[in-house]
Amino acid sequence: MGERLAGICGEAFVRPAEANDAVAGVPAQVVCLPGQVSEVAEVLRACSRHGWRVVPRGSGSKLDWGAPPRRVDVVLDLSRLNRTLEHGVGDLVVRLQAGARYAEVQRELSAAGQRLALDSPHPQATVGGLVSAGYAGPLRLLYGSPRDLLIGVTVVLADATVARSGGKVVKNVAGYDLGKLYTGAYGSLGVIVETVFRLHPLPAASAYVTATFDSPASLDEAVRELRAAALVPAAVEVASQIPGWNLTVLLEGVPPGVADRAERCAALLGASTSAVPPPGWGELPGPADGVLVKVAAEPAALGQVIAALGEWLGPIDPGYAVAGSVAGVLYAAASQPTDIDAFHRSLAALRTRLADVDGSIVVLRAAQSLRAGLDVWGPVAGLSLMRRVKAQFDPDGVLAPGRFVGGI
Amino acid sequence: MGLAELHLELLETLGSEAVLSDRQQLRTYECDGLAHYRCCPALVVLATTAEEIAHVVRRCSAHQVPFVARGSGTGLSGGALPRADGVLIVTSKMRRIVEVDIANERAVVEPGVLNLSVTKAVAPHGYYYAPDPSSQQICSIGGNVAENSGGAHCLKYGFTTNHVTGLRVVLPDGEVTRLGGKAVEHPGYDLVGAFTGSEGTLGIATEVTLRLLRAPESVRTLLAAFPSTDDAGAAVSDIIAAGVVPAAIEMMDALAIEAAEAAVNCRYPAGAGAVLIVELDGPAAEVDQQFLACEDFARSRRAFEIRVAADDAERALFWKGRKSAFAAVGRISPDYIVQDGVVPRTALPEVLRRITALAESSGLRVANVFHAGDGNLHPLVLFDDEVPHQAERAEEVSGAILDLCIEFGGSITGEHGVGADKAKHMPAMFTEADLDTMQRLRCAFDPAGLCNPGKVFPTPRLCGEVPGRHRGEHPLARSGIAEIF
Repeated sequence: MGERLAGICGEAFVRPAEANDAVAGVPAQVVCLPGQVSEVAEVLRACSRHGWRVVPRGSGSKLDWGAPPRRVDVVLDLSRLNRTLEHGVGDLVVRLQAGARYAEVQRELSAAGQRLALDSPHPQATVGGLVSAGYAGPLRLLYGSPRDLLIGVTVVLADATVARSGGKVVKNVAGYDLGKLYTGAYGSLGVIVETVFRLHPLPAASAYVTATFDSPASLDEAVRELRAAALVPAAVEVASQIPGWNLTVLLEGVPPGVADRAERCAALLGASTSAVPPPGWGELPGPADGVLVKVAAEPAALGQVIAALGEWLGPIDPGYAVAGSVAGVLYAAASQPTDIDAFHRSLAALRTRLADVDGSIVVLRAAQSLRAGLDVWGPVAGLSLMRRVKAQFDPDGVLAPGRFVGGI
Repeated sequence: MGLAELHLELLETLGSEAVLSDRQQLRTYECDGLAHYRCCPALVVLATTAEEIAHVVRRCSAHQVPFVARGSGTGLSGGALPRADGVLIVTSKMRRIVEVDIANERAVVEPGVLNLSVTKAVAPHGYYYAPDPSSQQICSIGGNVAENSGGAHCLKYGFTTNHVTGLRVVLPDGEVTRLGGKAVEHPGYDLVGAFTGSEGTLGIATEVTLRLLRAPESVRTLLAAFPSTDDAGAAVSDIIAAGVVPAAIEMMDALAIEAAEAAVNCRYPAGAGAVLIVELDGPAAEVDQQFLACEDFARSRRAFEIRVAADDAERALFWKGRKSAFAAVGRISPDYIVQDGVVPRTALPEVLRRITALAESSGLRVANVFHAGDGNLHPLVLFDDEVPHQAERAEEVSGAILDLCIEFGGSITGEHGVGADKAKHMPAMFTEADLDTMQRLRCAFDPAGLCNPGKVFPTPRLCGEVPGRHRGEHPLARSGIAEIF
């Protein structure tokens, strides 16, 4: 296997996998680092031919997220495809290879007074990885998630087909929007090699307004008032501050505008203003080795959801942490539970309760002991249709088999 | 014959009020907003419920009869162009706003609900629905979903796809599935995102969950007149470079202004080579400062008249000219083609020069209306069908403009869709591999190829075809189309 791939990428860029190359606990055999799109295609062609299973990887920051794949032969590392291909400053568009690193990209863009309006808890994360994991942080409230920022994408399919969809312009309805399909797909439909994003200007000023609430109901009330005030916050984050919760509003704009809105916001919430974010802003909550879940639900169910999370995780770990956006996506973390069966049962019960508010819980990260028999993704609407999509894009199941919903 | 049996079945189950087959009645539906593509459907079904749509699709599937969905029929790419051998399923009677959920900032609507009706329903609560195509008074949400419609305000607020969080869809085999919901994220593939903008080829949406936005505190609009489109374009560049994100920036050239004047008497400043409408919205303290900046930029780029709307009435007047532009050219020309293409905004001045050159060499006039902020052009190619060869020449110019868009790295359609009209241009923008890959999605949803076939892609993909390894008999051999030697 290594020999065959070395023939494509060069000996220097293929090596045996090590312990930390494992994908959600499943060990791999070989790691290969192609240097060009054509090499990615040849690697996939070889893997398809030989029946080798492939998991694409950027920085690996989220490699332990999702369900464990049934088998991993090759970790296809995109780190060498890390160039900025084109930055259209006047058009507010940037074309990046999938392995381009988030922090570097933002540095480059900020030199032109622009940014990719996407947060990343991992500065070294690759843009391809952010798209594949569908990750979004505080800025999602105003700017959306990768699905809303990606305007063009090129993937390599398992049969080595290189396919583009979208383009370089923000306004574009030619063809199917496959970018939406690949976003959050955990590399199960194709290996992303190139991404095109729309950009936004960096704000001239910003302010953070933080208030503390001692009950979910009072938090809900505050969010309602905030919405009514039409202050157009860039982000509104809730973070557990046991025994209560903090609500932080990020306002961005021109200096007099931000000053005015921050004053009104602070008055509304009984809050304090700061020029800098509160600690933990935009970071994933909890210990790096704990269990981490993502909870999405109807926005108005915020109070109900944080209360339910407290009831669920509090007994497992009194120091549990919740952080997320009032857009209705929260991350929650706790130290690994000791009673595994009870965890599985309570997870199922909570999923049932939250179904009423269009809620879903995905277990992003869990220790090996917790993974056995764990339903990582929960119930999924339209699953049979999703299987058909997978069957069309990767009929032989070469890419990340078992990592995604429904065992896809 | 499948159709005849299907007709009888549908008459029996839905009644003669809902199932039309009389030629005169059918002709009402033979085209959408793109009137020069006409085709009379074999049958028309006027659906009133989601169950009826599912039933019709199921029976079409059983009889292998193709079907096309139609909302208000205002589309500009022939997306609702019927099939002579198929059923046209009309959703325009499904106008119920199922739920307005202000706490969640969502509205759940049936597909026939008119775009503007959503805003009207939620305005009393201080909300609105952002995507605002110029046809918003008559176009349907279902159609908006199919085309991923935009509008003047999509520069800042995005398109339909950024405002749909859930769908109930009748799949091409008649199965009904719910995708997404009120939450912004759901585990699995983003099939809501894949469906939106798929131009009615992946199924029929029978319920749409929309995201609503809080109405802005302040809206300020200016109308600026410039000596030329170059000057106006430079002002736009300045505005964007300063980090301002207007809610809308629209430009019209002299010919478009002339037409609008003739049609709606909008009294734009006389002698303008170009007119710019710039609208800012948001918190008052933000808008006030940015608005002053925009005025300054306009002035520094030789705007010889700047009008600031004093109230809603005056704002509506500024917009009246722009919104009437397409229809207005009918006043200055017997016939015209509305084109829709995109170029990177920074390429606009050069592209406009090339369009002028095209116009001159063809002897035809081209009026330009466009979304200056995002490079989405709507050149209006004016001609007189009575004059020999003018229609062909107009088509050529229109096609050449699309070539220009691709040459400059843009798109063959920014808003109106590919439909029937632009399928032949798709290979200029995408490779065979690109188009084949897109059609894999279509095969997942519609392996039988019955749902709005012939639209978007110039060559259909055989859905039984799995490239690469085959197990067992090749589908082409099995179906008797080919033999393997």
